Amino acid sequence: MIVGLDMGGTNVDAVLIHQGKIIETSKIPTDHSNLLESIWGALKPLLSGQDPAKIERMILSTTISTNAIIEQKTDPVGMIIESGPGLQKDFLSCGRENIFIGGYIDHRGREVSPIDKSEIEKAAKTLKGKNISAVAVAGKFSVRNADHEIRINELLKDEFFPITLGHTVSGKLNFPRRVFTSYYNSAVYTTFLKFSESIYKALQREKINAPVSVLKADGGTMSLKAGERYPVNTILSGPAASVMGGQAFLETSKDAIFLDIGGTTTDISFLADGVPLLEPLGIKIGEFPTLVRSLYSVSIGVGGDSSVCVKNNKIVIGPKRLGRPQAFDGPCPTPTDAMIVLGLISCGNKSKALSAMKEIGEQLNLCPEAAASAILDTMAEMIKNKAEELLHEINSHPVYTVKELLYGKKIKPGLIQVIGGPAKAMAPILEKSFGIPCRYPKVYEAANAVGAALARTTAEITMFIDTAQRTLAVPEMGLYEKISKDYTLEEARLKAIDLLKQQSSLLGAEKGEIQAEIVEENSFNIVRGFYTSGKNIRIRAQIKPGLIYGLWGDKNVSG
Amino acid sequence: MLVAKNRLGVVLFPAFDWAISPTHPEREERLLYTQDQIFEEGIMDIENIKFYNPEIAVKQDIQRVHFCVPDVEQRVTKSHLISAGGAIKAAHAVMDKETDKAFALVRPPGHHAQRVVYGDRGFCIINIEAVMLENLRRKYGHCRAAIVDTDCHHGDGTQDIYWNDRDTLFISFHQDGRTLYPGTGFIDEFGGPGAMGYNINIPLPPGTGEEGFLYVLDNLVLPILSEYKPDLIINSAGQDNHYTDPLTNMNFTAWGYAELNHKLNPDIAVLEGGYSIEGALPYVNLGIILAMAGLDYSHVREPDYDPVKLKQSKKITEYIKELCENIYNRWRQKDLIAYEFIKDKDYITRQRQIYYDTDGILENQTQTFKVCSKCSGVNMIKSNSDRGMPIFAVTIPRDACSSCVDEGYKIYKDVDMQKYFKVYLQDRVNDAYLDKQS
Repeated sequence: MIVGLDMGGTNVDAVLIHQGKIIETSKIPTDHSNLLESIWGALKPLLSGQDPAKIERMILSTTISTNAIIEQKTDPVGMIIESGPGLQKDFLSCGRENIFIGGYIDHRGREVSPIDKSEIEKAAKTLKGKNISAVAVAGKFSVRNADHEIRINELLKDEFFPITLGHTVSGKLNFPRRVFTSYYNSAVYTTFLKFSESIYKALQREKINAPVSVLKADGGTMSLKAGERYPVNTILSGPAASVMGGQAFLETSKDAIFLDIGGTTTDISFLADGVPLLEPLGIKIGEFPTLVRSLYSVSIGVGGDSSVCVKNNKIVIGPKRLGRPQAFDGPCPTPTDAMIVLGLISCGNKSKALSAMKEIGEQLNLCPEAAASAILDTMAEMIKNKAEELLHEINSHPVYTVKELLYGKKIKPGLIQVIGGPAKAMAPILEKSFGIPCRYPKVYEAANAVGAALARTTAEITMFIDTAQRTLAVPEMGLYEKISKDYTLEEARLKAIDLLKQQSSLLGAEKGEIQAEIVEENSFNIVRGFYTSGKNIRIRAQIKPGLIYGLWGDKNVSG
Repeated sequence: MLVAKNRLGVVLFPAFDWAISPTHPEREERLLYTQDQIFEEGIMDIENIKFYNPEIAVKQDIQRVHFCVPDVEQRVTKSHLISAGGAIKAAHAVMDKETDKAFALVRPPGHHAQRVVYGDRGFCIINIEAVMLENLRRKYGHCRAAIVDTDCHHGDGTQDIYWNDRDTLFISFHQDGRTLYPGTGFIDEFGGPGAMGYNINIPLPPGTGEEGFLYVLDNLVLPILSEYKPDLIINSAGQDNHYTDPLTNMNFTAWGYAELNHKLNPDIAVLEGGYSIEGALPYVNLGIILAMAGLDYSHVREPDYDPVKLKQSKKITEYIKELCENIYNRWRQKDLIAYEFIKDKDYITRQRQIYYDTDGILENQTQTFKVCSKCSGVNMIKSNSDRGMPIFAVTIPRDACSSCVDEGYKIYKDVDMQKYFKVYLQDRVNDAYLDKQS
């Protein structure tokens, strides 16, 4: 049996899956003052009467880190930043205390100027004086050569905890994001640690021995232990849970648009050849963009309970939700009222819904039913316009080779997948508006919890090889080693796949589920003075987001 | 996060799968470290800086500027169409007011490509700024433009293309032609009869540094620009005046390029040469991006920057002062110089020898410009190369009067086909490009 749990802003959903079938679900409101209790509140009814020994795995999608950031209940962090020449540095100040130090590594990972030990000692003193324990260290181009960060860690590690080193959060080049990601990781570290410790305690109490993982924003999982070191990767896993859940019900290998229509918002994501699309660099949270790998998801303020009014003879939906639909004694007309009037859903008080539509219809010279139709058409149109705008942006993402510019993949969705309360009611309307088939699962209870339950472990590594300097670096793994001068792209590829497998095992992946792939590879001749002095090889390898299996079957899908 | 004062469009297209040859300076690796630096600095996250993919220029864009021998298809690769298309995309972003300024970081470069194209010279086949500017004039209508070429090599291609066009002021800073390819760019190369004075060369001595370049800008280029009052300023942003460039002998710096760009305040910048791919390009390009975006570039410094070593000698400073004065006086007297030069001639002819260093071709050319009081005048090129394929080409300029249009068609019709491999007509008034072969 697999247990999946998704803690959202409003509810905690949990699901128990056995041999591809949902055997139990539960849902309770999230208690923000006691998130741990919320988890056990949802798990208790799910597991009562089950044999804890039969639980094979348990995956949690939690808002614990996200909440801490949004509610600004994080630990104060002392930032040690090696910014070098380039942009002005003030905007990098994200910690309680921000200390900029000398030293510089260049784009090929060569030390241009060393760090000054006394500067670090002085920084330590300052942080101690301010009672700061959590530290993050980030240097420009540290992914190319982590020596400075590692040496600073040596000097600080006995006096500070936790310490996040910039090169370990991601191998990608983006110094400001490296600073911010390292900051967040140290800021939520103890919050997450306390959470995971109490999870372990509770599991012991309940006699559950199954491995526990947490969902990441990229729709993959990592073990709770790995989460303790890099809790920043658990931020904003909610949209990932629902996209992965949608995939459990609506398998496809095509390009598709994925919509999760909720009460207040609609989340828009995309699938490329059936695989959820990722943000190119990482997700933004609070004021700062990060290098946290995440699924691409954009939220717009249109949902079943959005307020509807008429302005200048036009229907305006959202972006606010003012309360429940009028059919449930809410303050203003909503798309849900329109669905009730048209008989697309049956719930609430129909005559109250009718009077809501009458109110709108009178302003447009339409009968209530026509007004209801017009509202849902407008809603579909708004979603479509946004989806098309996003697609245009995605399809014009920068490329850097002639081949990609001429023949690169463009996403052309031939399918819409929709989940959420109004999915069934909206599917035919969306189909008409987009002009492509729209599918929704007949049963999609706790889709987000299902998504968490069935998600595979994901991982990514960045490999940077410079044969002229005889260096190989995989920053995410803290791997910096010497290689031979005639190291080839072929060797690099094999090594990358091998390392990625190691990395994903460390994150908790089981052998059978590891499907590593190379997503980018480049090999450049380094030519100096008209002679080739070496090769500059860059490889990015990943295990893409996916499910251990789906809950597919014709009976599940409509549309 | 940072917010740029100016909305800036950047076309960054390093063409990682294209090279002239594996060890040629114009190879895959050229913008690799520049891209690394731009990515690492997080430029893509700065609000108001937007990155675009290139468009792909079409045949007509090329024909509007060049006579390709034997034809566009055989001379121009997809990579060249993309490089020119990158410049076009940058210009469109500005003209459509999507951005205030734009920088096309594209390769291969173009400023050595002249009107006639027998092959590759100075790593250039088509002139990407000219293709861009003429596309933009066709699409958005008349505009007076100034092209300021800050590449270390004389922009002889751009000079040739705008030789007789007073709506395009061409100013080139470069290392003195007596010491560097292409060996031209002297102050007496001053423009054709229709545009005398609108081609300004500033040949600088080897060893010129920050002080010299900025002196030229402040005391010569900016005053001329303020008198010319262009609608659009384009910077051919070659970066080989840098002290680390392997092909040249200057002492300019990344900060200096940023400062120059800031003072020049161009609407569009297009990368040209620059082959110090590790020591200069990452920092110079970063400096130019920051300057164009209106962001602080005072911290942009090369790792090995040493102001003492790079200080320009007193002798150079004096030389440059005198040079600037001389050139500025010529600019002020351009009408008089034109009058004396043209006198009562009906046609002005110039003969030239053009060497294609990259492809090793030698071309012999005669250009003939009609002196017309109503327009810049119909003009002709008679050319042959040491590989054969003699051509005759007629250009009807954008501003041609009706009699020059008629004369152009008549010359094209009457030409003796036996003498030429191919004959071309470039009718820029009607955007029509004809050719015929015997």
